[in-house]
Amino acid sequence: MDLLRNVPFVCVLLPLITGIACAVLPRRGSKFLCFVTVLVLTGANAYSIFRFVSGAEPFTYPMGHFPGPWGNELRSGPLESTMALCLSLTAFLSLWAGSGKAGVHIPRGKQGLYYSVVCLAAASVNALVYTNDIFTGYVFIEISTIAAGALILSRQDGHCLAGCARYLVMNLVGSGLCLMGIAMLYGQTGHLNIDSLRRSLSSPPQPLPISLRTVIVLLTVGLGIKSGLFPFHSWIPDAYSYSTPASGALLSSFISKGYIFLLVKIVVRVFGLETIRASGVCPVVFAFGAAGIIMGSVSATRQSDIRRMVAFSSVAQIGYIYMGIGMCTRDSIIAALFHVAVHSFAKSMLFSSAASLIASSGDRAQMDSLAGSGRRNLPAGIAFTVGAMSLTGVPLLGGFLSKIYLSQAAIAIDTFHAVAVLLTLALSTFLQTVYFLHAVVNIYRPKEKSVHSEKQGILSGAALCAMALINILLGTASVPLYRALLSGFLQF
Amino acid sequence: MSRISDNYGSSWQKKFSDWMKNGWDGLDENMAREDTAPREETPAEQTDLFTLKVREDRERQRDVYSRLHQWSVTTGARRIHAVYVILSLFTCGAIIFFLLQAVGGLPLYGAADSPVNNEVTRRYIEQGIEETGAVNFVSSMILDYRAFDTLGESTVLFIAACTVMILLRSDVGANGRPEKGSLIVSPDQSDGKPDPILKHAAMFLIPVILLFGVSMVLNGHLSPGGGFSGGAILGAGLMLFLNAFGRDRAVRFINYRTFITVIFTALIFYAGAKSFVFYTGANGIPFRFPLGTPGAILSAGLILPLDICVGMIVSCTMYGFYNLFRKGGF
Repeated sequence: MDLLRNVPFVCVLLPLITGIACAVLPRRGSKFLCFVTVLVLTGANAYSIFRFVSGAEPFTYPMGHFPGPWGNELRSGPLESTMALCLSLTAFLSLWAGSGKAGVHIPRGKQGLYYSVVCLAAASVNALVYTNDIFTGYVFIEISTIAAGALILSRQDGHCLAGCARYLVMNLVGSGLCLMGIAMLYGQTGHLNIDSLRRSLSSPPQPLPISLRTVIVLLTVGLGIKSGLFPFHSWIPDAYSYSTPASGALLSSFISKGYIFLLVKIVVRVFGLETIRASGVCPVVFAFGAAGIIMGSVSATRQSDIRRMVAFSSVAQIGYIYMGIGMCTRDSIIAALFHVAVHSFAKSMLFSSAASLIASSGDRAQMDSLAGSGRRNLPAGIAFTVGAMSLTGVPLLGGFLSKIYLSQAAIAIDTFHAVAVLLTLALSTFLQTVYFLHAVVNIYRPKEKSVHSEKQGILSGAALCAMALINILLGTASVPLYRALLSGFLQF
Repeated sequence: MSRISDNYGSSWQKKFSDWMKNGWDGLDENMAREDTAPREETPAEQTDLFTLKVREDRERQRDVYSRLHQWSVTTGARRIHAVYVILSLFTCGAIIFFLLQAVGGLPLYGAADSPVNNEVTRRYIEQGIEETGAVNFVSSMILDYRAFDTLGESTVLFIAACTVMILLRSDVGANGRPEKGSLIVSPDQSDGKPDPILKHAAMFLIPVILLFGVSMVLNGHLSPGGGFSGGAILGAGLMLFLNAFGRDRAVRFINYRTFITVIFTALIFYAGAKSFVFYTGANGIPFRFPLGTPGAILSAGLILPLDICVGMIVSCTMYGFYNLFRKGGF
């Protein structure tokens, strides 16, 4: 009865049960329970990384008395627990920084339900990370989808309702494509368990039959829509920017990352990199990723609302991740996963600090009304600056390293990929400098008139400082993280 | 000390700071000229050949612009719409073509050599009764072999109910507890007088529907049916009751408190019992619920209680949805 073996089980079932309990508890009780749950998840995942680093082997965990292809299974290894730790920590910090605003934006009688939904979202993201069964993956995709909808519309104003409607239309198409893909995959292999799928797909006929290619396309496009890949990104700005800041941070850096990890799991563990390369999907994903980087950045430069600017920058960052997946080599996928961690920490910080800056400028989000907010609200200003610098790619911060890893992975492939990636990175760095510099200079520009400034609590300031510290650590001391991703990938 | 240059107004620094302040537009300088009022023309200028030419040019230009504008809102819009329709038809056609081709590549449905007939289904069919005690393979599969997925599906219903309550519930007071008399639509307005035909038909139908639903839930491990289908029938029966006898009779036995209590109890029992099974199964603790004799009503270990839980969750969620969508509360 090893404690390590039960970590994935705890990470899925504990938030599920506390999520159900939160719905009937009073407001404060459910908030407390939700925080404790997410903190326990972070601790449990940290413990399992510690055990993996000190030499534990990856394992599968049967859910019930029936192992393998008959019952459901969870699987844990260094890669899964690293991702789960990063995502749980992000979720905890976003909730911490955004809980003050959530108390204002969400009707009091419905806050218990809100925290219940957050717990269930945590359960589903952990399940997406740990699952070893592709249909279990689909079930938890459904839970994430509905949970994200509830997070968006919990602040009940017109923008959020319209954003949620748009979100639901796009995301249900994505879920449907995933389900079709899974059904066709089951029809061709007779398996849903990932290990069995791997065995039956280990030597597919050459050239690949069109039905198998279609499965790959359906799953990639489905999960791409759900995580906001470029041509399907139109739901992102409304959904991320107008919802309450905790929701925006959770959606962009927690829930969408669960889908991305599931896609990586399907690419690497179900099909294997060779099959994916043979299917011809890679160049398309690569091109969409590159286009997303450019188009997202160009759209971000044209925004005057700081929250929409940050949301469009998300489109660009998701583009980096898909560019990494689209190169389809070991190093590029590790770079993509590293960028998942970097983007999670930086984007949750940007959303939280932007909300805090807006609150200290009389609740106005336009660039010119934010003048001087960085001085009125010191921690938020620092956090926003650090996040902007990290995503732009200033050395000593995480975004710089993930750009380096991506370029190294591209240079190792061939000249075309190297040129394409380096050009895209150069152009996007320029564009990101333009819009992030615009924002950062604006929040430190002196303002003559005094504005109504909401007093920010010391707790949210502390959360923003903790986020900034993690981002600096990601850039200066991330060798253990990269090594954990590498060893996890090798044992994946 | 920095020195402000003489032509600061048109320098890069000024433009940059303007842009920082409020988005400087390079066209501003050129556009500003048009804002000024047209200059009065002296008679001498009117006779000037050059001025006449300029005016003629300007007229022609304005004419071209207006025709262009006209084109873009009439013919242009139509053509772009047509291109849009053609492109989307083409895209749909391509997707249909590839999906049909992919379906053509799938193994034949029901063929003996299809990959679906492998060791997984063989064990479900051959050892299902022995291992789970349920005669109905589907129940043994969804509530024992793959119970984790079903737990997830029940949670989907629960979270959907939570989301609809966040969105639509309007009968909740500031303290989070249900309040009387705060419905957006008052009960009298929305219900009206129950229809006598419906009422009489419901008197006969409702007992049959509810009994059928209960038997389907309770026999889930013995015959086709189970928690999901039985729960849907029960939910339909409850909705019929609400419509036939009105809200006042319905809230006597199911109000918000009973609704949330039933869902909470059923789901917590489900999650707790299944967690126990997952934990014992994965850690090799030799504990099994007694399976009983296959075919008896009290058999199949946990499947019967779990079926009842699923039935309660499904019926309450359906009834709750109906109430919330109807008028935002019970």
